[in-house]
Amino acid sequence: MTDVLAAVTSPPTEATFARSNDAPEHLSWDSGLHRTVTVYVPLALFVIVLLFPFYWMTITAFKPDYEMYDYKQFNPFWVHSPTLHNIYVLLWETQYPRWLMTTMGIAVASTCLSVFSSVLAAYAIERLRFRGANHVGLLIYLAYMVPPSILFIPLATLIFQFGLFDNPIALVLTYPTFLVPFCTWLLIGYFKSIPYELEECALIDGASRLQILRRITLPLAVPGLISAGIFAFTLSWNEFIYALAFIQSTDKKTVPVAILTELVTGDVYQWGALMAGSLLGSVPVALIYSFFVEYYVSSMTGAVKE
Amino acid sequence: MDASVDISAHPISFTRKPDGWVTKLFDYKPFLVFLCLLPTLGLLLVFLTYPLGLGIWLAFTDSTIGQPGEFVGLDNFEYLLTDPIFQMAVWNTIFYTTVATVGKFALGLWLALLLNHHIPFKAFLRAIVLLPWIVPTVLSAIAWWWIYSAQFSIVSYVIVDVLHLRTTYINFLGEPWPARFSLIVANIWRGIPFVAITLLAGLQTISPSLYEAALLDGASGWQRFRRITVPLLMPILAVALTLSVLFTFSDFQLVYAITRGGPFNSTHLMATLAFQRAIPGSQLGEGAAIAVSMIPFLVGATLLCLYGVGRRKWQQGSDND
Repeated sequence: MTDVLAAVTSPPTEATFARSNDAPEHLSWDSGLHRTVTVYVPLALFVIVLLFPFYWMTITAFKPDYEMYDYKQFNPFWVHSPTLHNIYVLLWETQYPRWLMTTMGIAVASTCLSVFSSVLAAYAIERLRFRGANHVGLLIYLAYMVPPSILFIPLATLIFQFGLFDNPIALVLTYPTFLVPFCTWLLIGYFKSIPYELEECALIDGASRLQILRRITLPLAVPGLISAGIFAFTLSWNEFIYALAFIQSTDKKTVPVAILTELVTGDVYQWGALMAGSLLGSVPVALIYSFFVEYYVSSMTGAVKE
Repeated sequence: MDASVDISAHPISFTRKPDGWVTKLFDYKPFLVFLCLLPTLGLLLVFLTYPLGLGIWLAFTDSTIGQPGEFVGLDNFEYLLTDPIFQMAVWNTIFYTTVATVGKFALGLWLALLLNHHIPFKAFLRAIVLLPWIVPTVLSAIAWWWIYSAQFSIVSYVIVDVLHLRTTYINFLGEPWPARFSLIVANIWRGIPFVAITLLAGLQTISPSLYEAALLDGASGWQRFRRITVPLLMPILAVALTLSVLFTFSDFQLVYAITRGGPFNSTHLMATLAFQRAIPGSQLGEGAAIAVSMIPFLVGATLLCLYGVGRRKWQQGSDND
């Protein structure tokens, strides 16, 4: 029993495989061929299909034009004479670096704002145990279920009234509408896992509530904070509809909006530049993702379980 | 007892001035609760609750960009009901949500079951599988747009020039039905990782001893799936389903990036139509009316998913404590 559990949770090592032969799923009927057909082949197909668009995006970004549109002479699945021309055009002949910086700034600012308010809210709901805490938690969860596509029209008029139209600050202030509910729920889950006794002891030792939050709860909740932070960053990097509706001038656009509205001009699409732009725009998120995969998985599943 | 010993042994020492009124205020619980909830509730009230109400109000006015407009009652809705483009958008949205959700959950569950086997490089595979969900939707949608290109589609190339199944390239985005299915495929592709990873987490909480017991009782593979896996997966499935239906129904990015509602407005979803009427068309009132008509569908779908599929209270953890 414990062996099986260990085999499920531990990373696949040689030892796991030696042991996994005893697991109930591996009885005699589960022969090598059967397993290949039912597990490995479908799995390989899934991975190929899920990754193909990225592969296609990447190789297109490095293809010269004459190769990109000529499938007869050049095998389209490979790059025969790779070029950096598309990326060069993107970086030096458009405002792409600027869009990247804008997107980065907006994502970082809205993430900080959201994590800050979520920490306080989650602490109040989970640890201060006031009456009606569960209802407030439920309301915040409901807020997560209001999709941006029914909010952007009234928000646009609101932003206009505030004089924030065409100003990146508008995005920093509106992104928390979907970041805060998510982060709060994630952090409530994390705070739950920290023993309440630790706080009680600190209270007896004469610490104030805010001291407890700063010196006991927060240091213990660092993994949760990282999860919430990288998740909020990814969500704000991906956001599209608000950025499309609230920003008008070319130099203030975010990457996803700018690629669609600035690089798509006329009837002839510059596929090379478009793919290079999409590739570069994905890199920051993909990099963060590769460093924090485990946090992503835990926050995604954690938020759903809560 | 042990914990208190730990704390006193810990190098942290709490320095505290003699209680001033500020300190007292910060230890006064109602004030502290208010202070802690202030940023979150402030942000949500100003930028979520108020706009939600404002949106409903706008739906009953004839506002345009730059003009506040006047109350016109149900005029916007009456007009929309006779508008064939709106009718098609509603129909498209329902069709898109249904087909894409079924596809996502069928394939996602299959992928989760595959990943739940003992396979080499499991963590690595799981990381790769999540990629479509991490990369900004618009950017991967642009990749799909290029895959669906009329002249240079790689899919058409494989079907026509490699497999010789057809003689002409498929006009993916030029005709209504192929365009709708192209969008659905892209949406399923993007949705599989979320479903697979959340269901995988659910699968891993099912104790192997249950399968062991069923195996001893002579249950077949299908019976074990039907009688153990499915019921135990239901709570997490219901939540994942609700979120997935909500976000598919209100999808905007994918359609806007790939077809912009074309060809001939045949792939508009309610969200994209609302955007088109409200921002480029500057008919804020009409756009708001379209957005508001999504609300009954969203509420209905949410209730259906939570109570129809879940049959258990959504907030399991804290109720069972």
